[in-house]
Amino acid sequence: MKPPILELKNISKHFGAIQALEGIDVQLGQGEVVGLMGDNGAGKSTLVRIIAGNFQPSAGEVILAGERVRFASSAGARQSGIEVVHQDLALCDNLTAADNVFLGRELRRRIGPFSILDYRAMARRAAELFSELQSETRPNDKVRLMSGGQRQAVAIARTRLSDARIVLMDEPTAAISVRQVGTVLDLIKRLRDRGITVVLISHRMPDVFAVADRLVVLRRGRKVADKPIADTTPEEATGLITGAIAVA
Amino acid sequence: MSPMPDTILRVGRFDPAEFAARYAAPLFLLLLIAVFTALEPRFAHPLNVFNILRQVSISGLVAIGMTFVILTKGIDLSVGSLLALSGLVGAYVAKGGLDDRFALGGAATAANPLFLVVLAALAAGMLGGAVQGLAITRLKVPPFVVTLGGLTAFRGAALLFSGGGPISGFSADYAWWGQGRIGMVPVPVVIFLGAALIAHFVLTYTVFGKHVYATGGNERAADLNGVPTRRVVFITYVISGFACGLAGFLLSARLNSAEAVAGSGLELTVIAAVVIGGTSLFGGVGSIVGTVIGALLLGVLTNGLVLLNVSSFIQQIVIGITLVAAVTLDQFAVRRRQAQ
Repeated sequence: MKPPILELKNISKHFGAIQALEGIDVQLGQGEVVGLMGDNGAGKSTLVRIIAGNFQPSAGEVILAGERVRFASSAGARQSGIEVVHQDLALCDNLTAADNVFLGRELRRRIGPFSILDYRAMARRAAELFSELQSETRPNDKVRLMSGGQRQAVAIARTRLSDARIVLMDEPTAAISVRQVGTVLDLIKRLRDRGITVVLISHRMPDVFAVADRLVVLRRGRKVADKPIADTTPEEATGLITGAIAVA
Repeated sequence: MSPMPDTILRVGRFDPAEFAARYAAPLFLLLLIAVFTALEPRFAHPLNVFNILRQVSISGLVAIGMTFVILTKGIDLSVGSLLALSGLVGAYVAKGGLDDRFALGGAATAANPLFLVVLAALAAGMLGGAVQGLAITRLKVPPFVVTLGGLTAFRGAALLFSGGGPISGFSADYAWWGQGRIGMVPVPVVIFLGAALIAHFVLTYTVFGKHVYATGGNERAADLNGVPTRRVVFITYVISGFACGLAGFLLSARLNSAEAVAGSGLELTVIAAVVIGGTSLFGGVGSIVGTVIGALLLGVLTNGLVLLNVSSFIQQIVIGITLVAAVTLDQFAVRRRQAQ
């Protein structure tokens, strides 16, 4: 186990009478890729949203780099270096790739009393990020004209704007063609190689087994498995997800 | 590692639907100008040109505000009523009350300086917009319903406020804003074009402008990326209200009279101008340049048909068809976008 960058201790979350998560302990190591699996309603998205600051836990603590944190919003988590690639990528189709990368944190420059958008700087930085991600996405193309893989690259490029320490990816391969899956998995490996921790939520067994170092399985709000990927098999994972295997 | 295998190069790819949606309005405007000029020599006379521009400037100003609203996927049906109400508020302040509401050449009784008049009209407009904006963003009532309520309520407020009658007869200073000229150019035209320039700048070069497009394109995505979408939407209704206030003041100055029935049905002309100018009712796509072209197109069409002695009934039919054609093109373009 690599030194933990993020620790979740005894996290519970309930919405009214519904218990979404119960007593979850998870540690994320630096530069580690953790596959998070579970059936629909198992609590994966809730867990990710707690880490990303969208939700606050009902009980338990979140410890980031040794310090206890409590994010009031996603902006707070983002400032602490936690980035999310949302399931539907959260792109505005009517804007360009560069606009989307910088959405919500646009670069500006001053002209006299005015603070105006610095399109050139944003396009330049976006182009750098795309080439870093080895994607041929062009910064000034409208997102609506892009392929699934390019859209994915735009969403991932956002996470590279600041010094992200943790990137949470919610079903990054669900909406793209099989051909493009490989590209996304390569992107994940490159993030890992830079020492960035990646949490990969996926329904696709082959994806998780291709890139993850460790597998965490949730079922009905509880953690039922947490082990190195090398010590498990797709068959065992399936059993854990469905409940055929109670715990491992 | 190889680059993405299926990068699709689309530069220079010609899309007729996209092209039509984008350039139909300016092309149609040029065509109209050419036809009217050929058929009727008086059309291109500078006096008539400025006449058209002056007629367009009031609805055009309101259309600029409306563009912001429609870009966020909203709609503001209350503009005509709000224009009347803010015009009356300005006139009331100018007269210092309703006592001598019909006094001509009100200089003798002018109670308040002009800047207060303008401020009052703008404040009334912005307040009306802010109330609607709050209802839309906080109470989550659809814009169509809120501003439909505003359409009725502001008109009622205007009638109540004025007791049904006009407030007329302003000082020369006041009337200059509607009737005066700077060089050859009527004052309202200068204000309209100035406002268009500023609005274009805001939409194209500021963070707020980018957030307007983002909110209209995909509100949830904008939200997730930290765009304050509720604030953005709220501000667009305040901008629309501001435009109504300014237009209400200019109209009262031009007519030398403020009336509760001013701007009846204006919302339809204004929405038509915005939509004909290529701004999508589905949000996120459009521009101020388009809106100016849309407003000019409607002005030229009306003026030219009048000069050619075409019945005003037929004019309405022509404008109606133009509007539907514009939206059809937009729909078509949207479907093409989704198919890609």
